[in-house]
Amino acid sequence: MTTETNLSFDKDFVRSFSKEMNEPAWMEEFRLKALELSETLPMPRPDKTKIEKWNFTQFDAHTVKSDAFTSLAELPEEVKALIGDESTAKNLYIQRNHTPAYISLTEELKGQGVIFTDIFTAVREHSELVKKYILTEAVKTDEHRLIALHAALINGGAFLYIPKNVEIKEPIHSIYLHDHADANLVNHVIVVADDNSSVTYVENYLSTLESSNSVFNIVTEVIAKAGAKVQYGAVDTLAKGITTYVNRRGSAGRDARIEWALGLMNEGNTISENTTNLVGDGAYGDTKTVVVGRGEQTQNFTTKVVHFGKNTEGYILKHGVMKDSASSIFNGIGHILHGASKSNAEQESRVLMLSEKARGDANPILLIDEDDVTAGHAASVGRVDPVQLYYLMSRGIPKKEAERLVIHGFLAPVVNQLPIEGVKKQLTAVIERKVR
Amino acid sequence: MAGSKLTIKDLHVGIDGKEILKGVNLEIKGGEIHAIMGPNGTGKSTLSSAIMGHPKYEVTSGNITLDDQNVLEMEVDERARAGLFLAMQYPSEINGVTNADFLRSALNSRLGEGNEISLMKFIRKMDKQMEFLEMDLDMAQRYLNEGFSGGEKKRNEILQLMMLEPKIAILDEIDSGLDIDALKVVSKGINQMRGEEFGCLVITHYQRLLNYITPDYVHVMMQGRIVKSGGPELAQRLEAEGYDWIKQELGIEDETVGQEA
Repeated sequence: MTTETNLSFDKDFVRSFSKEMNEPAWMEEFRLKALELSETLPMPRPDKTKIEKWNFTQFDAHTVKSDAFTSLAELPEEVKALIGDESTAKNLYIQRNHTPAYISLTEELKGQGVIFTDIFTAVREHSELVKKYILTEAVKTDEHRLIALHAALINGGAFLYIPKNVEIKEPIHSIYLHDHADANLVNHVIVVADDNSSVTYVENYLSTLESSNSVFNIVTEVIAKAGAKVQYGAVDTLAKGITTYVNRRGSAGRDARIEWALGLMNEGNTISENTTNLVGDGAYGDTKTVVVGRGEQTQNFTTKVVHFGKNTEGYILKHGVMKDSASSIFNGIGHILHGASKSNAEQESRVLMLSEKARGDANPILLIDEDDVTAGHAASVGRVDPVQLYYLMSRGIPKKEAERLVIHGFLAPVVNQLPIEGVKKQLTAVIERKVR
Repeated sequence: MAGSKLTIKDLHVGIDGKEILKGVNLEIKGGEIHAIMGPNGTGKSTLSSAIMGHPKYEVTSGNITLDDQNVLEMEVDERARAGLFLAMQYPSEINGVTNADFLRSALNSRLGEGNEISLMKFIRKMDKQMEFLEMDLDMAQRYLNEGFSGGEKKRNEILQLMMLEPKIAILDEIDSGLDIDALKVVSKGINQMRGEEFGCLVITHYQRLLNYITPDYVHVMMQGRIVKSGGPELAQRLEAEGYDWIKQELGIEDETVGQEA
């Protein structure tokens, strides 16, 4: 990618948007610097997927205005289905396109010093904390053009901070609702779990539109400090036509744990990068990913665990089903750096193709620069076994239903192991919709 | 009318372009138990696969009807819902699908939309049949046939038979790989099904199974055809004397398919 891209938004635009959001001077500067970088940095190069023709950088509207919700009763049914009743939706942020549309956090958590707000409020009211973590530790602004562009144009997101030793029992939930065809989302989420704290965070990226010609650029940073534990669940169901770059990256300190449970169910073309950096000794990272591709979509899922610290453990488990003419690349990378002795890197990727035109490719990669370690990988790509379908059908089960059983069965070993009950339920429902 | 009638007329079946069945004729009615015996490679399993509609087998001529329905025009699942059942020699293993979910799905697809069995009723029915077949109740929640021993798989086939209550069942070497205790249990299941409404075709190469399931008719298959039929006494003679006397009687040197003079 050498051709210069004319970005839709210039310095004046970024400056005035930052002013409009009442951002502190450092944030304006941060955006402008990133904008400059975005003009020179190369595009990311997801392994084995050509994205030269994908549009990540050209879009008309930066933000759209949406109405907030004054009560949960006003929520669209699709959103209601995600949160259950009010008793379980105590810690909830809903963002409608770019508008922070609903927020609640229990008094108890507020009292313990937990911060949970939309990203704009966080930039204004917790300026120092945000400045310390935004694109400094997990993800860096200058990695490639899309992250730089992201930093310049952030127009949504959330900030969650859990102070030292605070253990949150109930999940913290955010929902990013996309219901406006002109909305392009540049969403930034930061989760900081300070020393020995613990939290379960669940997010949904949800389109209620049938299709939309939009660009989404999502970066999530999870910082788990020493001894902290973060369970991070996500179910993405963005509509057809949306081109998505989504980067979820964690950084785990000494003896910290980050566990991801990701249901990547977008209907549009998607580049997903999920990396866990095991920085501290004894850190633990676990990623479980479930994917269903259908229609004409092309997707790339790169899951990576990087072992910096000694005695670190990293696990990747990824199962995907490809229907219709959907095509997907599953890259799994376990990287043990020199010095990360006694570490263990394990990964398993499996892809099931349901039709002649579906494509899947699983690439397990182990990069090991240290002797005293253990590592393993397993990968498979295959089609539905006609003899299995015959067996199920021979009991009276129609072909569609037989396929449905086989797909659920293929995904079940991952779904059943997801650490967050709510995510498991949501995913089962989404899978059901997608494979029917 | 008591039970159904499965009629097979001049059935020719091939696999990968090679003809295996060369004109099979057979009629099975409700209330009857038929046994097809014969050495390996004579076309017994091909017959059962062709009746059920296995994707690899191609019917080149002849016909199969169940009562007045043309079986060969039906999809595999339609054949099952019409009342056919095949207990397979090598049941598929299906990861991630529990035995119970599978069976409930199968049962409901027979009952049709709106008539689904309630979960409680289903569990009671399944528990009862599992106990009857001396199966570990945990097997309901295990993934379908995955990691099952040979004997467990066969019991599981009979469990499905008892749950689905077909009109005509075909048992393809249900006795292979079974120890004597398992054989008794499996036979007990089949005998439990016996009645005017139930017809059965037992495929085996050992007479042993027929000590427990007494057939009304016995057929011998060689070179892709039924070459001899008789009553239970035929099975006993085969047990005592083997197949050579039939071969001599019919002038057959090699009984396997593709070896005819």
